Amino acid sequence: MNEPGTAVPRSALPQAGQFALELNSVSRHFGALVAMADIDMTVHAGERRAVLGSNGAGKTTLFNAITGDYPPTSGRVRLFGEDVTYLPVHERIRRGLRRTYQISLLFSGLTVIENIFLACRGVGRGRHSLLRPRRDDGAMEMAETLLHAVHLDDRRDTPVAELSHGQQRQLEVALALSGAPRLILFDEPAAGLSPSERADLVDILQSLPPHVGFILIEHDMDVALRVAERVTMMHNGRIFKQGTPDEIESDPEVQELYLGHGDNGGGRA
Amino acid sequence: MFGIERNSSRYPLGINPAVLLAAVFLIAYPLFASDFFTFQIGAYSLILGTIALSLTMLAGYGGMVSLAQMTVAGFAAYLMAILGTNSVGVMGLGWPWWLTVVIAILGAALLSTFIGAIAARTEGIYTIMITLAIAVAFFYFVRQNYQIFNGFTGFAGIKPPTLFGLYWRDPTPFYYLALAIAAFFFLAVRYGARSTFGLGLQAVRDNPRRVRALGINVFLHRIVAYFYAGIIAGTAGVLLVWFNGRVSPGIVGVDMVIDILVIAVVGGMRAPIGPFLGAIAFVLLENFAIDLIDRERFNTVIGLAFLLVVLFSPDGLLGLWRRIESKIRLPRASARLGVRANRGDWHPAGSSERM
Repeated sequence: MNEPGTAVPRSALPQAGQFALELNSVSRHFGALVAMADIDMTVHAGERRAVLGSNGAGKTTLFNAITGDYPPTSGRVRLFGEDVTYLPVHERIRRGLRRTYQISLLFSGLTVIENIFLACRGVGRGRHSLLRPRRDDGAMEMAETLLHAVHLDDRRDTPVAELSHGQQRQLEVALALSGAPRLILFDEPAAGLSPSERADLVDILQSLPPHVGFILIEHDMDVALRVAERVTMMHNGRIFKQGTPDEIESDPEVQELYLGHGDNGGGRA
Repeated sequence: MFGIERNSSRYPLGINPAVLLAAVFLIAYPLFASDFFTFQIGAYSLILGTIALSLTMLAGYGGMVSLAQMTVAGFAAYLMAILGTNSVGVMGLGWPWWLTVVIAILGAALLSTFIGAIAARTEGIYTIMITLAIAVAFFYFVRQNYQIFNGFTGFAGIKPPTLFGLYWRDPTPFYYLALAIAAFFFLAVRYGARSTFGLGLQAVRDNPRRVRALGINVFLHRIVAYFYAGIIAGTAGVLLVWFNGRVSPGIVGVDMVIDILVIAVVGGMRAPIGPFLGAIAFVLLENFAIDLIDRERFNTVIGLAFLLVVLFSPDGLLGLWRRIESKIRLPRASARLGVRANRGDWHPAGSSERM
């Protein structure tokens, strides 16, 4: 940050707002276990990034550090240029960050539309309103739009506990799209989806407005490499490789590690 | 707004005939009930039900079992004696009744908020332990403090005002006062459950971590819920001190604290009518168990009765009623209704309006 009164160097101007996310040697320890060590990573505003890696590589830990669910043990996290390392989760969310969870975390006692409505209201005003939402309420209108976008129209008033697994995954995505997201973290959104549901998901991800960036953890390479512009490979809690999908796919070390030993036909598994 | 349309298609005028019947009965009750039944049974049930309602709101909708709700109500009762007039000669600042009432309720709500601020960072059994500790501490504090709370003796001679030519401690006016307040908070909780705040509170109950990821401050949401619960319990506390005419440490003792929990659990925490059902059962048993068995054993009867309810219906009298209702309706009504009635989830929330 510049001192008040100091002129901003002209060369610094194009840098402003360039990055949606900057991680500065971020580490996370659980006791003696190092889940994630010295992660340096930048994601441009509007960029679509995939994070790949085997189980236990630290991908979800990375997400938890970014959202503050489990804040980093050391290092700095910047969101849209602002240092959020010490901000609680809900404050980061209000700044335009969203996430989905690997295992659906929803409000099982509420209906589908109530879940989405809360997500829209959560980032806006009137969180403590004692009035019931009207149909022409802005947040309710947005909720109806999202309901339609994730193809859950016919389940509108169904309690979430009664939804199928696939429908719960779709609802997770709807919650992440609520409000005005600027950077969304998707944690294996395609897990357990049928092929047609996967196609729907890819459609939704590809049709997001260009200013909305996202980071995607996905085991399905078909989904991940189709929607991502850049790929980060993680291994044992560290960043192993970064590059475009083509670079990553053709990298011999990656093939060795991730796609199987000497399997030339590998690639899009 | 959710689900009202569905209900209205089922009943003429959109009102369940059972609800209409209950309302008529409650309003006409003093016309045929004796003074004893109007005051000692009717009004007292409504007061205890209102205090238990504040617990149902916190526990059923917010997932926070606070044992200090009786303490909050008792604090309001004490404030009435301390700020208003009493016949003991300790404190009794002689404030006008309306100011005393307002400050007593607000004071209780602030105490509740304070308790919430301590308890809201904990969950489950720890919330129960912390609020129980606060309740016990408050009990011993008022029993040992003679300067403000007049210790073991407490206060007597606390009277409601005479207004509109009515003395409000007479059975019939007092019953209607208690009924109006109980009905107001009952409807408020029922309506509020589907408000933005109410939905948020239930979301906090279902999954606090996810609520944070929606941009909602879980801690603040919980504390605000404690504040509202304090308004409900505090108002009931004002009624309670007018009902008894006196207040002493016994009112905030551990047995009263447990009584409120018993009422809420036995009634059923799934809907705001639960605590009132529980309170009626509790007050009837408390008054008439003595007729069934000798004086020393009547607590055993109460205990057994509640044990039976909880054993056979984990969701209380409310759940028992729903099960009977679904059995009657099942042969006639569509399978969908039956499925809904049997869904058996514990949450007060659902897609349809619940009493």
